[in-house]
Amino acid sequence: MTELASAPWVLGAETAAAPPSFMIELTEFSGPLDLLLTLIREEQVDIYDIPIARVAEQFVARIRSLPLNEAAEYLEMAARLLRIKAQMLLPRAGDEEAWDDPRAELVRRLLEYQQMREVVDVLERAGEERRSRFARAYIPLAAAPPESPLALSLSELLAAVDRLLRITRQPTMHDVVQRAIDIPGAISTIRALLAIRAHAMWTDIVRSDAEPWQVLSTLLGLLEMAKLGECKVLQPQPFANVEITRDAASEAA
Amino acid sequence: MTPLAKLLEAALFASARPIPSDELLALDPEASKAGVAAALDEVREHYDVDGHGVELVEIGGGWQILTRAEYTEAIERAQLASRPARLSAAALETLALIAYRQPLGRAEIEEIRGVAVGSVLKSLHERGLIDVVGRGEGLGRPLLYGTTPIFLEYFALRHLDELPRSDELAVALRAEPRAL
Repeated sequence: MTELASAPWVLGAETAAAPPSFMIELTEFSGPLDLLLTLIREEQVDIYDIPIARVAEQFVARIRSLPLNEAAEYLEMAARLLRIKAQMLLPRAGDEEAWDDPRAELVRRLLEYQQMREVVDVLERAGEERRSRFARAYIPLAAAPPESPLALSLSELLAAVDRLLRITRQPTMHDVVQRAIDIPGAISTIRALLAIRAHAMWTDIVRSDAEPWQVLSTLLGLLEMAKLGECKVLQPQPFANVEITRDAASEAA
Repeated sequence: MTPLAKLLEAALFASARPIPSDELLALDPEASKAGVAAALDEVREHYDVDGHGVELVEIGGGWQILTRAEYTEAIERAQLASRPARLSAAALETLALIAYRQPLGRAEIEEIRGVAVGSVLKSLHERGLIDVVGRGEGLGRPLLYGTTPIFLEYFALRHLDELPRSDELAVALRAEPRAL
């Protein structure tokens, strides 16, 4: 356990393999900024003049000694601190005025975070005060008022049944007609015809008094056969008779 | 007590949530705003002066009858009612940011808190303390969150204005980061 605890990010990386009992959430700090603020307070240093080398060292030491579940954010902060530390070591060019303090961004974030923590304290006190008092027991907001019991006599009930029966006496019946189009039938008709003759006309297949469904079935069947390459369909001009020719290739096959 | 005060008391007793003033006003078509305010004062005084186990509290933009704090422990010990669970530090921090900067997106919260807040936002939303109030202009039109009336109720606030203004917060924070 001590070995695991000393290398928290390794533990984090092996989450899948590690038993869940090792997944200890760090509840002491709510994030890297919280830990950093705590360190600054403990060290009693000026937030505007953080001794970055010391604080970075402390920070890394703390996250090493703590078993972290989600170490990434702490590691990111550690990396940031070390980068600032490195930037502080760089020789400063020229006058002090023009020097951009590499800590400025961190200080801004810390102050912002600290301000938020103050609000948290206010909220916590207020919440605690409210928690110490009870309202009436919880009732779901959307609960509908209970319906009043039915006031109904037997004759009223029978009248209602009678009305219902009268309404349903002649139910509207719908005839569901099966889809009449018969493409396979049309195809076999055309096939039979083409088996005898290599050449046929539309009017040979569809009689002039054919029902619309027969015309449609034949047309769709014909197109299907043309697609399959069983025949060739030719209409020389609009509304002219359609010539159907047995396809030589399919005949060979 | 006046009839109006009694009516308000009955309504407040019947409701599990704080009742806003305008809803109290709707209880009696003849009541005026001032009349309701006076009647509420009457109910409160009745509880305070006569010494009752409950009190009238202005909370979450409305009025509610609450038990007095000194009886909480006994009530809880007898398991007649239980206090709501405390919010975690992460939840409080996130709420604090949303309360002050609403409407606020997830990215800004994460930027300030320095940690991922997805699951915290989800649980706050589930508890009804925050709600989606719009979408941001930025990339992906991020969801923006704001606090709800339940938030005010949870923290026994009348309005958001009751939170300290940012310039009332500690001196160290009020000061602009001085030139380093």
